[in-house]
Amino acid sequence: MPILTVDQVMHAYVTNQSAVLALDHLSLNVERGEFLSFLGPSGCGKTTLLSIIAGLIEPTKGRVLIEGKEIYTMRQTIGYMLQHDYLFPWKTIKQNVTLGLKLTGKYSEKTEKQTLALLHQIGLRDVDDRYPNELSGGMRQRAALVRTLATDPKILLLDEPFSALDYQTKLKLEDLVWETLKQYRKTALLVTHDIGEAIAMSDRIVLFTARPGKIQKIVTVPDSLKACTPFQARQHPDFPPLFQMIWKELENIEQT
Amino acid sequence: MNKHEWLQRIYDQHLSHEKREKRIVRLFQIMIMVLFFSLWEIASRFRWIDPLLFSSPSSVWHLLITKLRDHTLLAHTTVTLTETVLGFIVGTIIGVCFATMLWWFPRVSKIVDPYLVILNAMPKVALGPILIVALGPNMTSIVAMGAIISIIITTIVVYTSFKEVDANYIKVLQTFGATKRQWFIEAILPASFPTIISTLKVNVGLSWVGVIVGEFLVSKQGLGYMIIYGFQVFNFTLVLLSLLMIALLSSIMYQLVSWLEKKLVKGA
Repeated sequence: MPILTVDQVMHAYVTNQSAVLALDHLSLNVERGEFLSFLGPSGCGKTTLLSIIAGLIEPTKGRVLIEGKEIYTMRQTIGYMLQHDYLFPWKTIKQNVTLGLKLTGKYSEKTEKQTLALLHQIGLRDVDDRYPNELSGGMRQRAALVRTLATDPKILLLDEPFSALDYQTKLKLEDLVWETLKQYRKTALLVTHDIGEAIAMSDRIVLFTARPGKIQKIVTVPDSLKACTPFQARQHPDFPPLFQMIWKELENIEQT
Repeated sequence: MNKHEWLQRIYDQHLSHEKREKRIVRLFQIMIMVLFFSLWEIASRFRWIDPLLFSSPSSVWHLLITKLRDHTLLAHTTVTLTETVLGFIVGTIIGVCFATMLWWFPRVSKIVDPYLVILNAMPKVALGPILIVALGPNMTSIVAMGAIISIIITTIVVYTSFKEVDANYIKVLQTFGATKRQWFIEAILPASFPTIISTLKVNVGLSWVGVIVGEFLVSKQGLGYMIIYGFQVFNFTLVLLSLLMIALLSSIMYQLVSWLEKKLVKGA
């Protein structure tokens, strides 16, 4: 059974001016441990889809199932990471990363210890009692990752989490996130504008058309690239041809 | 000379420069005060200004000593200070509670919006006589004056800041399945602390206005009463003494709020 099923989802945004179709008959299956990327022009409803999968908004039509169950019963199995870290500036890093544990009632000495251990493992040492404004952008995004992983979600939704970072930090974080997710066998959905990032990190890449958002094509990344870390994948000989192919597909989408 | 020593020297220079700057500012501040009081005293002695109207620092000082000896100043000051602090706290708390209610029930906020505009535009001190008739010519109505003057503006400012909290913080909380109460406690309220503190600073001033006007009207005791009494018997030394006391106390309250700000606003 797929861990995530998106079944004939339609979503419309209603304003005083009009009702606009954002997602049109979207269906998708995701297997456990898979890494999927959503690529497409802006306004193609990628973030809308992520919000629907997270249970933050209800689709106008259609269903989302996690392990065959409706999402509102399964909300706690999902972790969401945003474009900016949105660490709470008035909380220390320790209070920030344990926030999810406290809200979901999973907080205990043991889970706190595990979370702090993950924080240290991910390269954030001696920052437990610091405030977010004392940390660099990359460090903050890493803390946000720990906050998301702390509640042990089965599916991670990553909404352009690297786009606000400088290039070097972004490459380093891609590797770190990729390795961490593989190590804990997490399923992940990544929204991105960056074709290279999608290829380097994913197992499958979903190409979207815009207005309304529909799936144009699903590209499977060859095993040779899947086996590499994102940084290695970018150097791999199979990388440029795939890049070219996706580039052309996206060009086609924009022209139609 | 090595690099380390060189850096240390630059740092030391910077520190001594800062220190000097601070000293100059403080010097001018003190000079202005000394100049003001000396000029006042001299102008009064030489009759450049009418001492009957503008008194003089020495007369105010003598009156202060007299009033301290017969304990009346302390009594009046205590009354006014209690009223102001109570009015300030009650006004701020009720204002924040109203703001919370408006945030919690968006429909209520839509419904009461025009009424908030009217209430905000209305000069609250004009309600004084009604309050005194309703609550009696006592401390309660004066505290109510001190509170009512700041409630509406606190409500509006704090509610606006509640609404302006970045929705993505709520999104983060929602992904952990947080309840609306938790949104408020974890994100909305702490994110609005800086705004709440700055309304506290405004409210310090407003509460003094409300309380002094209330004491004008009730005319029984307090610094406001001293002002109105001094005015009626043409004792302007008494009026000026009360004014100086009010200036002193309101600055102390303002400093206390600033101190609270440092304690409350973390990681900013």
